Amino acid sequence: MEVGDEQKYIYSDTELDRYEGQIIEDLKASSQEIIPDPDTWLDEEVKRNVMLSTVDSVINWAKRSSLWTAICFPACCAFEFIAAEGPRFDLSRFGMEIMRASPRQADLMITAGTLTWKMAPIVRRIYNQMPEPKWVIAMGACGISGGIFRSSYAVVPGYNRIIPVDVYVPGCPPRPEALIYAIQMLQKKIAKEQVVPDLPGFLQKGK
Amino acid sequence: MTVALSGKDIAEKLEEKLPGSLEDSGEDYLLVKSDSLLAVAEYLRNTDSLSFDYFNYVTAVDYYSYFELVYRLDSIEHNHSIVIKTRCYDRDNPTVPSLTGLWQGANFQEREVYDLMGIKFEGHPNLKRMFLWDGFEGHPLRKDFNK
Repeated sequence: MEVGDEQKYIYSDTELDRYEGQIIEDLKASSQEIIPDPDTWLDEEVKRNVMLSTVDSVINWAKRSSLWTAICFPACCAFEFIAAEGPRFDLSRFGMEIMRASPRQADLMITAGTLTWKMAPIVRRIYNQMPEPKWVIAMGACGISGGIFRSSYAVVPGYNRIIPVDVYVPGCPPRPEALIYAIQMLQKKIAKEQVVPDLPGFLQKGK
Repeated sequence: MTVALSGKDIAEKLEEKLPGSLEDSGEDYLLVKSDSLLAVAEYLRNTDSLSFDYFNYVTAVDYYSYFELVYRLDSIEHNHSIVIKTRCYDRDNPTVPSLTGLWQGANFQEREVYDLMGIKFEGHPNLKRMFLWDGFEGHPLRKDFNK
């Protein structure tokens, strides 16, 4: 069959098939080389011992697993705390049995007891002396709201009047189980904290 | 067991030594006039047969028309005790002599009474608030205290 000028650039079905086939053949031929695995430089030992994670989760894991308590127990809830520390309830299971006499070495304040206004500046100073990051658990009715002494002329109606509180534990006094539960709640809260700032947002704030 | 001495017996001795120093006396207390409190306390402390060498406590009661101070004195030597009381009728400026010169143990307790009841102890070396802070208004254990 003779092909006219107007039909010169129209392929026949077989030619079109061949043309497309050639494209595939070329692509296949040029794609024989495997893209290298970025981990090939790691030897077998490293591969077995390294786990990839985010910086946030690692730092938060470290922070929440070693909460050290500042010794600041103004009243009777301290005995429940002591019971929680002891062998029966065994707070050390949660990695936070260590108490620090110096607030500079502590990152958790458990406010176990009634606080009077005369004592309030001292507690606030202890809180200010604790290095960041730091958390506060308000333990017992007095710590939350002043409890039965709320209407007294000499009692602070709740620790949140003077320092920021993260977790509130009700009870008069709370059982050691309640305190342990509160600590676990605090640990969950710490796990959600963002340590490394979100970079684009951080840069925008910088402007 | 500590023997509580009869106030009547001691009142008889006191009437001889310091006449007119007592308002009243009962089986278990002596009610002393506040201006002769120091002399009576000195007598109770320094008389050999009594020798009250231990100041147990001082506390105060608000009876609206007057304040009553209650002292308890003990003798470690003889193992006996006595309660002496005194009254202040001036509500605006109640004043009693301080016993700190006789018993050092009275120092903090008189400060506590001053802090919470507002009774002034004349001759006290350091009469300032004990439990409440400087600048607190009023004396909270008074019956008419109202925050």
